[in-house]
Amino acid sequence: MSGPNTDFDPVEVAALKPEEVEAARDAALAAIAGAADLDALKKVRIEHTGDRSPLALANREIGALPPAARKEAGQRVGQARGAVQQALAARQAELQAEHEQRMLAEETVDVTLPTDRLPTGARHPVTTGSELIADIFVAMGWEVAEGPVLEAEWLNFDALNLGPDHPARTMQDTFWTDPAEDHLVLRTHTSPVQARTMLAQQPPIYVVCPGRVFRTDEYDATHSPVFHQVEGLAVDKGISMAHLKGTLDHFAASMFGEGINTRFRPSYFPFTEPSAEVDLVCFVCRGVDPDDCRTCRGEGWIEWGGCGVVNPRVLRACGIDPDTYSGFAFGMGIDRTLMFRHGIEDLRALFEGDVRFTAAFGAEL
Amino acid sequence: MKAPVSWIREYVDLPADITTEQLAARLTALGLKLEAIEKPGEQIRGPLVVGRVLTMDAEPQKNGKTINWCTVDVGEANGTGEPQGIVCGAHNFEPGDLVVVILPGGVLPGDFEISARKTYGHVSAGMICSSRELGIGEDHDGIIVLPAGAGEPGQDARPVLGLDQEVIEFEINPDRAYALSLRGVAREAALAYAAAYADPAQRDVPAADGAGHPVEVDDPDGCPVFVARVVSGIDPAAATPDWMAQRLTLCGMRPISLAVDVTNYVMLELGRPIHGYDADKLQGAIRVRRAREGERLTTLDGADRALSTEDLVVTDDSGIIGLGGVMGGETTEVSEGTTRVLVEAAHWDAVSMFRTGKRHRLTSEAGKRNERGVDPTICEAAADRVVELLVAHGGGTAEPGVTVVGTPPALPAIALDATLPGRISGIDIDTATVVADLAAVGCAVDDGSGTLAVVPPPWRPDLTDPYDLVEEVVRVVGYDRVPSVLPREAAGRGLTREQRLRRRIGRTLAGAGCVEVISFPFVGEATFDLLGLPADDPRRSTVRLSNPISSEEPSYTTTLLPGLLKAASRNLGRGTPGVGLFETGTVAFPSGRGPAPIYGVDWRPTEAELAKLFEALPVQPLHLAVVLAGERERAGWWGEGRTAGWADAIGLVRRLGEELGVEVEVGSSSLMPWHPGRCAVVRVGGEELGHAGELHPQVCAAFGLPARSAAVEIDLDRLMAHAVDVIPGPEFSTFPVAKEDVALVVPDEVTTAEVEAALREGAGEHLESIRLFDVYTGDQVEAGHRSLAFALRFRAADRTLTEQETGAARDAAVALAAERCGAVQR
Repeated sequence: MSGPNTDFDPVEVAALKPEEVEAARDAALAAIAGAADLDALKKVRIEHTGDRSPLALANREIGALPPAARKEAGQRVGQARGAVQQALAARQAELQAEHEQRMLAEETVDVTLPTDRLPTGARHPVTTGSELIADIFVAMGWEVAEGPVLEAEWLNFDALNLGPDHPARTMQDTFWTDPAEDHLVLRTHTSPVQARTMLAQQPPIYVVCPGRVFRTDEYDATHSPVFHQVEGLAVDKGISMAHLKGTLDHFAASMFGEGINTRFRPSYFPFTEPSAEVDLVCFVCRGVDPDDCRTCRGEGWIEWGGCGVVNPRVLRACGIDPDTYSGFAFGMGIDRTLMFRHGIEDLRALFEGDVRFTAAFGAEL
Repeated sequence: MKAPVSWIREYVDLPADITTEQLAARLTALGLKLEAIEKPGEQIRGPLVVGRVLTMDAEPQKNGKTINWCTVDVGEANGTGEPQGIVCGAHNFEPGDLVVVILPGGVLPGDFEISARKTYGHVSAGMICSSRELGIGEDHDGIIVLPAGAGEPGQDARPVLGLDQEVIEFEINPDRAYALSLRGVAREAALAYAAAYADPAQRDVPAADGAGHPVEVDDPDGCPVFVARVVSGIDPAAATPDWMAQRLTLCGMRPISLAVDVTNYVMLELGRPIHGYDADKLQGAIRVRRAREGERLTTLDGADRALSTEDLVVTDDSGIIGLGGVMGGETTEVSEGTTRVLVEAAHWDAVSMFRTGKRHRLTSEAGKRNERGVDPTICEAAADRVVELLVAHGGGTAEPGVTVVGTPPALPAIALDATLPGRISGIDIDTATVVADLAAVGCAVDDGSGTLAVVPPPWRPDLTDPYDLVEEVVRVVGYDRVPSVLPREAAGRGLTREQRLRRRIGRTLAGAGCVEVISFPFVGEATFDLLGLPADDPRRSTVRLSNPISSEEPSYTTTLLPGLLKAASRNLGRGTPGVGLFETGTVAFPSGRGPAPIYGVDWRPTEAELAKLFEALPVQPLHLAVVLAGERERAGWWGEGRTAGWADAIGLVRRLGEELGVEVEVGSSSLMPWHPGRCAVVRVGGEELGHAGELHPQVCAAFGLPARSAAVEIDLDRLMAHAVDVIPGPEFSTFPVAKEDVALVVPDEVTTAEVEAALREGAGEHLESIRLFDVYTGDQVEAGHRSLAFALRFRAADRTLTEQETGAARDAAVALAAERCGAVQR
């Protein structure tokens, strides 16, 4: 192979000798094949295709050839250069791929490292549980009604047919504000929301009212002075206990699963007549062989809440004509319902604020 | 109410083969709710027999005790007929006494197996039992000594002790006061099984003769009926018969003395409370009236009570001798020496009874019945029954005089549309069924054309409305027959905006790593002191409760922080390295517009009346509070962790603003319990929402929280009121952005918000965004100053801005910042 043609003589062009063009090409191809990495290939590229490379010089000399020789020489040099370019591109792609692969391999991390830099939050199960209940009723076209926790005595008791001398008032251990002559209470149930709703609108009324309520109960594993109830009220033409049963069966199945329905037992509430206690098929043993069931303690049923046909006296006090409309109402403890649903043993866990308890409910929908 | 099954069966011809569980279930289905079934003898197995002590030898032991080595005749129960040798540690008996013996092979409650065993040098073949060992009482002072004639040696002791009895305990609802008696429970049992029923109150009674003890009733509304009978010559030592004592015990009452036990027994039997007076201590005529101003009475429980003019009292010539229907007085109390008893069976006005009981905080078995309503027609029968039992068991004589004052009030007829029970229950119920079922519960039904005239029985004063009768019919038909039908679909509008916003707020905070807490909303002055609230802080003005759980925390809270701070402290104390806690809940401030009116219930109050009522309620805004304490970001392989601080708290409020489409303005403030230099007031549209920042070091210390703990408390109602309603579709430019950075040196007291506001205003219409990206203090900046570096982005809607335009806008921004805030460009 000749060196750079320093003493350029356009007449005597040795480089255009076919064997020299081939030698230059072969040298280039060998160098390309021998380039171990992208840097080496870059050097090869400059050496064999750069301006001062034999093939570039040869190419430049073509113009100096006599016209008869130009075509052949042009072809020969062109083919050689093409072969070199092609080999370069192929090698470039090959080395590039190798390089990328190596880089990716080098960047490998332990993906099992912890990623818990930011804390995880959670909403309270009473909140998510209340929302679940609300959503079940909203899906039936009901609305969610609310009211204040510090409530007028008249709304908490009188309007609900719990007159001042009603023995049932003693059933409800009420927090009164000081002085008692202010006639204010911490609501003992969510039922005043019923009264507020009826005072505000005429039927048809379909509302569900989840909320916080208060009784002067001892604080223990199953009682709390602060707890949560959900109240339902439907007032319309032709409402009967059958509609109450249908609604509660639907509620129970939505909350606890298909096949979990309810039964009624006669009971007493001043604001409903007839009144019933509502039991739920035990969703653990499903009433089948309940003897060993810890949830229902062998009953096959779980006490769920109270319900009944709205007492016409309540309708009247709230400005609804009991001769035209009838209604039903029900009330359940939300905390109690959640204790069943999640197998929570001690009610106090709901109010203690231990993040380990609440965080466990973070995935509740 | 506890009802022994054998006693129920005395009045009802129940099928012989039904179990107590079945009976209880049927009664529950009728509305007498099963509380518990007691089978006192259930845990005792094997031979439990009557024994007669033949010999007993006291043998002192080395351990200081003396034991009795006894031989006991147990008849043929031991298989040999020979006396049984038993060691007994008790001393309350003597040879000849009848005792209760459990023989080897028997099992006592607690799976305590009895076997013949060697003890104190004898083989003791069995045990002489105490009440406690049998699980029927707490008495362990000695063994049970049976009355002479209670049984024969060798006989099964269970019937003698009532251990073969089964007792159903019911929870009786206030409307079913009649079921607070065996008479009433048995009536329901008869209804449940359509069985024959013998009313124990149905008895021939001697007619009033005017010759009895004189009684005058001044207030016939308060005491419509007063019956008095006298039994004299009662042997004060006469014992209560065993069967009666046993029934009282089974019903949860303690036998005391014959006279007392008989009145209690008749109350359980018929539901009519009876009062007995020592007739020899009575002075002159009995008189019933309302108490007068200033009168007092020492009741049987020893309490000296100031009486109200609403209280019904019983008097004689000596003055007040009892609180009518509620509790007797000390002066005429039946005592150990009483031989002559005046029996009072009176009907009292239920409302007066309720009020008196409540006023004097007196609860008694009698009061419970009187305030819920007792059958007024059985006073004579009840008095006669008491007389009968006192004569039979006390050796007394019924004096001939019979005093009856007044007549029982009659219950009015109720007009009932015969279709109402069917319409209200959703069950097909024909008129014949309605009539028959009402008759079955004791009503007199006059079947008119479609409308029934129904007179409730005298023991059912709770039946006043047609719907009350509906319940009676439906419970007899069976609540289990109510079909399950969904009501028509309602036309609801979904959740309200506030309800949806609250969900969003909760999810946002949970997403930001905070855990929701529900705490009790009660506080006291001490809590406010811990928060460092000044004496005149409006949060110290609370709605107080008259009967709080704890006198330390007598108020409904005005701030959610105390509950969260305590919960945070609890969590850190339990080893959690850091917590973010939040709570949403109402707080309350006095409205000063009370008292809340009490209206009637026969019609709806007017709008004006309702407005007055709502106004009287305390102001109850919905608050949100957050407490961040300890580690906020964890340390890990990525590097150091980060402790919560003021910026986290304020950041959360800003985040909420973004979530609700509200621009939150932050300004410097100073309010306890926050650090005076690290407290922000947050506002929306100029309206104050609340505060956020780092807690005062003293407050952190007071609640046991680490320094730098941070907190937020804001009024959510206000925040939600500003939440964006309908978001307008945004318009944005696709022309290139131009960026300009400026660094401004300002005095420390100038806030970033002020500088930013000036820059924003000065930069003009093409400013797209502005963001602080660096704060520098140090050598390059004069002391007492900071350098704030802002990145400004400019963009026009319709063209590419020129360098001249953006440069001019930047200069204008800096100029305004210089003018307003004394800012100097670096």
